[in-house]
Amino acid sequence: MPHEPPVVSPRTLPEAYALLAAAPHRPLAGGTDLLVQISGELGEPPERVLDIWHLDELRGIRVESNALVIGALTTYAEIRRSPVVAEFLPALAEAAATIGAAQIQNRGTIGGNAANASPAGDMLPLLLACDAQFVLGSAHRQRWVAAREFWPAYRRTAIAGDELLLRISLPLPSRRQVRYRKVGTRRAQAISKVVIGLAWRAEEGATPWREVRLALGSVAATTIRAPRTEAVLEGSTPDEATADRAAATLADEIKPIDDVRSTADYRRAVASRVLHRLIRDEGGW
Amino acid sequence: MSYRFVVNGEPVAVEVPGMRRLLDVLREELHLTGTKEGCGEGECGACSVLLDGVVVDSCLVPICQVDGTVVQTVEGLARDAPLNDLQSAFLETGGAQCGICTPGMLMAAEAYLVAGSPISDGAIREAIAGNLCRCTGYTKIVEAIALAGERRRRDASV
Repeated sequence: MPHEPPVVSPRTLPEAYALLAAAPHRPLAGGTDLLVQISGELGEPPERVLDIWHLDELRGIRVESNALVIGALTTYAEIRRSPVVAEFLPALAEAAATIGAAQIQNRGTIGGNAANASPAGDMLPLLLACDAQFVLGSAHRQRWVAAREFWPAYRRTAIAGDELLLRISLPLPSRRQVRYRKVGTRRAQAISKVVIGLAWRAEEGATPWREVRLALGSVAATTIRAPRTEAVLEGSTPDEATADRAAATLADEIKPIDDVRSTADYRRAVASRVLHRLIRDEGGW
Repeated sequence: MSYRFVVNGEPVAVEVPGMRRLLDVLREELHLTGTKEGCGEGECGACSVLLDGVVVDSCLVPICQVDGTVVQTVEGLARDAPLNDLQSAFLETGGAQCGICTPGMLMAAEAYLVAGSPISDGAIREAIAGNLCRCTGYTKIVEAIALAGERRRRDASV
């Protein structure tokens, strides 16, 4: 029988903040990570759990001040079927569709994926590539944390003990393109071997890419950007020479590890190849 | 703590710790042992049930999140007959072998059929992608779901 730490299920955000301020609690959203972790096989189970599932103000998808704003408790299933996501950031729906299968997509949340801070978190490279902002709340204040500062170390986030992740804001700059690729053992239910999020801005046609963001998961202790490879792509057009240089730079830049899911060599080769193919698709050659 | 919800049309109340898994409450408290435990970590889908109409792994849902909801298990599929049309289709095509995956497979398939999406091989396979079967090779399961789906559509259009 798994561990059963005490749990409270507040119905309002102020109640949740008060509980967090009084004692450390592990927040529980859709449970798809936490219920596995409390088996005790993956380290110490949490002492107390704060079930935030009933805080409906943390749900929903809207466009506001030129950003796509997604409540932390929004499930992958809701993201997949959202007409707003389909219109403004379809790559996010693509990413949500790669996670688990129906059972996981119906419970797992975008906020849970971010807060769980797995280096293999499927949504995270996309959030990083899109310059996401994380809105954190506590009894006293709200603050915004940029994606680049959100995962400071292996399985750590910028969320303080008395804070909750409320929502994620994805800026929607004009003429930005976003692409997402996940490589796993099978299409469903696979933990990723490599995940890639790529974003850039460009005018119509074969014009140079600007503000290039390349983010990767499962190749380091946290989700990372690849600044050297971004520099190769910045100001370039998606031709074959650019793709060759970017792919070679990426293979040299990332330092993945061997683990149960894959090898360092495979991850380096496949990340580099997937990037090459993404650029080729854009260049149309 | 006391938690109240509806299972297969019947209101129930249980006194259990809030982090008790829905799976354990169904099997140990309510004696609904049709729902099986496979991996216990959301990989295999054997414990699939419907929670407010959508398919979930009951090993990943703590009972504190089930309070006030409507749960359907494999025991709730057939109402006035021993089997419903989907269960009969599994028997007809040979979609059930050892039986461990079958209750979860049925619930994932039921969620798919009730959602009313177009019936196609690819869509059926995606709908049951979270349910592992080590006997059938899936083909007969996919045939069963397609058969039940076609019959429901035909009956609805009569």
